[in-house]
Amino acid sequence: MPRSISDFGATFDRQFYLTMFVIGVAFVAVQCCLGIFIWRSSEGKITKDNLRVEIVWVLFTAVVFLMLALLGQRVWAKLISKPNTENVFKVEVTAQQFQWNFHYAGIDHLFGTTKTELINDAETNYIGLDRNEEKAKDDILSSVLVVPVNRVVELTMKSHDVTHSFWVAPLRFKQDIVPGVTTKISFKPTQTGKYEIACAELCGAQHYKMKSYLLVVSEDEVNKLMQLSQDEFQTTVTTLLR
Amino acid sequence: MPEKERTTDNGQRTTDDSFVRRYIFTTDHKIIAFQYLCLSLFAVVIAIVLSVLMRLQLVWSDSVQPDVYLSAMTMHGTLMIFFVLTIAPQSGFGNYFFPLQIGAEGMAHPRLNALSFWIIFLSLLILLSSFSNENNVIGSISGWTAYPPLSVLGDGKGLDNWLISLSIFCVGALLNAVNFISTFLRSRNIELMELPLTVWSWFTASVLSLVVFPVLLSALVLLFLDRNAQTSFFIPSNIYIGGQIIESHKDGSPLLWQHLFWFFGHPEVYIVILPGMGITSHILSVFTGKPIFNYKSMVLATVAIAFLGLVLWGHHMFTSGLNPNLSIAFSVLTLTIAVPSAVKTFNWLATLWRGKIELKTPMLYSIGFVSLFVTGGLTGLVLGQSGLDSAMHDTYFVVAHFHLVMGASAVFALFAAMSFWFPDMFGGEMNERLGKIHFFITFAGVYAMFVPMHAMGMVGMPRRYSSFEEFEYLKDLQTLVKFVTIAAVVTATAQSLFFINLIWSVYRIKRKNKK
Repeated sequence: MPRSISDFGATFDRQFYLTMFVIGVAFVAVQCCLGIFIWRSSEGKITKDNLRVEIVWVLFTAVVFLMLALLGQRVWAKLISKPNTENVFKVEVTAQQFQWNFHYAGIDHLFGTTKTELINDAETNYIGLDRNEEKAKDDILSSVLVVPVNRVVELTMKSHDVTHSFWVAPLRFKQDIVPGVTTKISFKPTQTGKYEIACAELCGAQHYKMKSYLLVVSEDEVNKLMQLSQDEFQTTVTTLLR
Repeated sequence: MPEKERTTDNGQRTTDDSFVRRYIFTTDHKIIAFQYLCLSLFAVVIAIVLSVLMRLQLVWSDSVQPDVYLSAMTMHGTLMIFFVLTIAPQSGFGNYFFPLQIGAEGMAHPRLNALSFWIIFLSLLILLSSFSNENNVIGSISGWTAYPPLSVLGDGKGLDNWLISLSIFCVGALLNAVNFISTFLRSRNIELMELPLTVWSWFTASVLSLVVFPVLLSALVLLFLDRNAQTSFFIPSNIYIGGQIIESHKDGSPLLWQHLFWFFGHPEVYIVILPGMGITSHILSVFTGKPIFNYKSMVLATVAIAFLGLVLWGHHMFTSGLNPNLSIAFSVLTLTIAVPSAVKTFNWLATLWRGKIELKTPMLYSIGFVSLFVTGGLTGLVLGQSGLDSAMHDTYFVVAHFHLVMGASAVFALFAAMSFWFPDMFGGEMNERLGKIHFFITFAGVYAMFVPMHAMGMVGMPRRYSSFEEFEYLKDLQTLVKFVTIAAVVTATAQSLFFINLIWSVYRIKRKNKK
């Protein structure tokens, strides 16, 4: 697996490798038994039914599998838990065939309203942001997701056409974006760098091309970026991506 | 002049009817079984060719258009799931041997049985008529899961064909299930706890079919209405697609489709695999010279799998934005179903233990079934945990998992069934040497194809991509992609050995009988 870049990744990796260990042991045990039992073919003495052995086996497997299921809930709990801090970096994500749109609140930390009827592809207003609103004046729209390191990031995600899925392999989670449903997910990146965003839910013929970048940078850098105008932001981010 | 004997209602074969009456419009359960098997063999050839084309496309990305790839993928999945893995084990071998094993003269409703076949046949014709669709696309591009809104707003006429075909299929499958159940209920003088495990699994799979196919049918009809009558069962308001706002739909729920689809889709994998488990148990017992270990627990495990199988569809939707608390329940239930599966594995191993093992072809295929089923089943422990599924979902890890646990293993059960029952059906054996060569190549080939896919999934390679060239992080996997493609081409080619063996053996027996 690619190296994890978030706090969720560490929890995930522990449980993943534990589960893979159990799987590995079971795999080797069963395949070896198959091999040995076939190899050591004997006279075909009838094995008497033995309910006691079966019950022990049922209890044993039930305990192992349920333990995995319960331990696995820690990973799930970590993923779905709401951020327990006010200091959250918020981004609104709108997925569409076949691109990602990221909407930043700018310096006022307030998102402008978006309306479907205001979508204007020619003017690159892909999410229908109402630019006349006061709170939308400093908002930034970009196809690149820029977030600060070591701070909780909350993505509010929606789609205005078909179902997509937000997938960054080193973040270890994906989140479907179903039209008509607004989904929130949060994570805390722990490594700076440039990572690829893919769509993981079949969204049409060009699904395989629905790509963008996640840029994890220092908090200072993000703050500076948020003060830029739309065009300056784009130019700076393009430089950062190189 | 001999007395003209009509096809009787209880499905007995007539002696001097015309070819058409005897082999085409027959009510004989054995002939209908052959019809189903021929239909599946025809479907599987197309499905194999499509899968090879898909693998080649992944190596030479410029060879076909992305939508051609996606339509080939949809067609491959649909043909395999419905027309091969649902039909062949249940309607094919089940039709032949289920009545015989419970001492019935034939299926309870022979005419209904014939009708079911012709309904399924019609359904296949409609599905295949998509091949002649516009833009050289072989039908729908939405995948066999046909998630809306894509399937409603972003797919061509192929999807209407798909919907009509599968709706008809549901009716055929439902009538077939009714027939199995009433044949079972009508049988007299049977001891439940002495029935062959094949009978138990065919019966249980029929009950599952009876419960879930109507749900799929209703979902398909609703989706058809959304596409063609501007209803909004699955399409929400404010959709903006292709440069315009969709005003004809509002307030629908795409997640409703996922619930309805997977309420069918998950039990469907047990409809596919239960007969395979029954066949495997039967063959292991024959070729070890021992009764199956702990028969009663096998029966209980079969019923438990079917029951649990009905209540864990939500594990296909962990990442969909489903209520996260619901995912906890679905996750625990999913890992619980591993227990009856482990019981079956334990009993198969215990049956092999100190058995007088005869490694004839059917036995090899059955051992292959156990091996593949366990390997594929174990990775379910990862996917069943909602937290871990969040990374593995919709990657090649899932592709590897389900191909092993209910694709390849079910196909191995079919190979086992064909070679094991061939003498009963045709009066002679299939060629052993050719059978063994086919087994070893296919067994190695299946592992060579699907083990590397786990690694690809762990790196994060998404499924349903017609090319991986856009992404830097997937470039290192290109060697593995090529390796899997080579394994797929070799394994697919090796299937001709099975077909040659089948046709040649039938021909040989027929010629011998003539002499």
